[in-house]
Amino acid sequence: MSASETTSAPAPVLEVASVSVTLSGHRVLDEVSFAVQPGEFVGLIGSNGAGKTTLLRVILGLQRELGGSVTIAGDRGGIGYLPQKVLLDADLPLRARDVVALGLDSARLGVPLPNRARRALVDEMLEAVGATAFADARIGLLSGGQQQRVLIAHALVSHPPLLLLDEPLANLDISSAQEIVELLASICRERGIAVLLSAHDLNPLLPVMDRIVYLAGGRAVTGSTDEVVQSDVLTKLYGRRVDVLRIDRRVLVVAGPDDAHGHGA
Amino acid sequence: MSATLILAAVTRATSATPAQVSLSQSGLASFFGSAPVQLALVIGALVAVTSALVGVFTVIRRQSFAGHALADLGAVGGSAAFLIGISQLWGFVIAGVLAAGLMEVVGVKRVQGRDVATGIVFGLGLGLTGLFLYLDTQVPGTSNAAVSVLFGSLFVIDASVLPTVLVLALVACAIVLLTWRWLLVDSVSQDLAFVRRIPVRATGILFLVALALAVELSALTIGAVLSTALLIAPAAAALRLTKRVGFAILIAIAIGVGSTWVGILISYQSFGWLHGAHSWPVSFCIVVVLFVVYLLSGVALPIRARARRAAEVVL
Repeated sequence: MSASETTSAPAPVLEVASVSVTLSGHRVLDEVSFAVQPGEFVGLIGSNGAGKTTLLRVILGLQRELGGSVTIAGDRGGIGYLPQKVLLDADLPLRARDVVALGLDSARLGVPLPNRARRALVDEMLEAVGATAFADARIGLLSGGQQQRVLIAHALVSHPPLLLLDEPLANLDISSAQEIVELLASICRERGIAVLLSAHDLNPLLPVMDRIVYLAGGRAVTGSTDEVVQSDVLTKLYGRRVDVLRIDRRVLVVAGPDDAHGHGA
Repeated sequence: MSATLILAAVTRATSATPAQVSLSQSGLASFFGSAPVQLALVIGALVAVTSALVGVFTVIRRQSFAGHALADLGAVGGSAAFLIGISQLWGFVIAGVLAAGLMEVVGVKRVQGRDVATGIVFGLGLGLTGLFLYLDTQVPGTSNAAVSVLFGSLFVIDASVLPTVLVLALVACAIVLLTWRWLLVDSVSQDLAFVRRIPVRATGILFLVALALAVELSALTIGAVLSTALLIAPAAAALRLTKRVGFAILIAIAIGVGSTWVGILISYQSFGWLHGAHSWPVSFCIVVVLFVVYLLSGVALPIRARARRAAEVVL
């Protein structure tokens, strides 16, 4: 159910068509459809339990869908991915640069040998995410924001056409969250990488999002931010009255009073 | 390790009298000239290299408890070997690999220190070992079985097992070297490994097999009870000293091989240090050296950190 059809560009990098998932009797995703075009920055917005992680796992092939289909340009293994919770032990003997290097060829057998071309790629990626200063530090000793940068570099070093990020801002303070969003937007725009990023708060993403996929109760509505984040659209999606307040380029989505049902069907 | 057996092996090979053995000058010469000592040095080094390589990944994957489990369950096979007439090494290895398979079926995730069921299964394993060791005493020519299963038999290993030890060590090392990157990505995030199309489950099974081989090989040399010391101590000490996997493995190998050789030398030289005509058990000597090295690595850590801070200030 899309609020508006975007002009059909040639071959989307990702097409999700009527995907449904039921987990232990509960309908987690219900006929979700949307597409991501090359180079687009798409925000996957929804509260906890809306089905964001499940949707990303279906796209990655980590979770089987009950119905519908997921079409990806190229190979699923080529998608860049940043999982939601990455707990890194302080004594894990990997430097930031080792984690990035693992993004290049981790599926291959054998011990990686030092190689100038590999090192140049890793150095370039570390610089792009602003991680050069702590490139030689143990990954487990870095701050949450620094680890995010390194993991983003890990995901991007193989130049994937599509990058999926599961709640990358969840554990960051406001200013690091803003830095990460700007970093992602500039790197991916520059390299033509499409981004699908899940978040429960859409405000940090407002300046960079090309499009939004809004999830609620397992259903999704997609379009530009202005099209989707409207009281009537979200009221229909939630099936109850929802008000959208705009304050100085920020957006607040709040539930309306229980008795006053909205104009949705 | 029976002191008389060591003595018998050593004196037989060197034709030196016990009194000469403990004199350091001629002692060192006869130490390296002794065939059982040479074999112990070679097999000890092979086992230490394997344990170090597998051990570093065991610590990274937090599976040292699984290593201990495999040692305990391997002892069942080591002690049963005398009864069914196979070599002790094959007894250890077959039981260890079967136990690794069992742990995979039960679910590796559940094999954790706090699991009550796991503890009870290990208790049963050691109980069976006790039964088999008792039965071994009824079999002629196996009076030394208990010491040899629990505390190893480095000085009295038959030279004919060397090729088997070499092959098993190579298999364990090959598994780790081949799945190197898979193991590392998996330790960063299992989801990332899945997304990269890495066969995560197969990697886990292969690693358990390598772990079983490493542990059972050290069960042969320093005994089932002490084998995890050789697996964990060099790796844990090395991981304190470096933040790079490759360096950690090289350091762990140096610590493992060095401790084994120093332990062998101490055991050889200890003849007559205490209670007259006895040497100290070689497995005891190796474990003590490992323990001291591990303690020293803890001392080295703050010194290294201070040196680094100083270097940063200069820069």
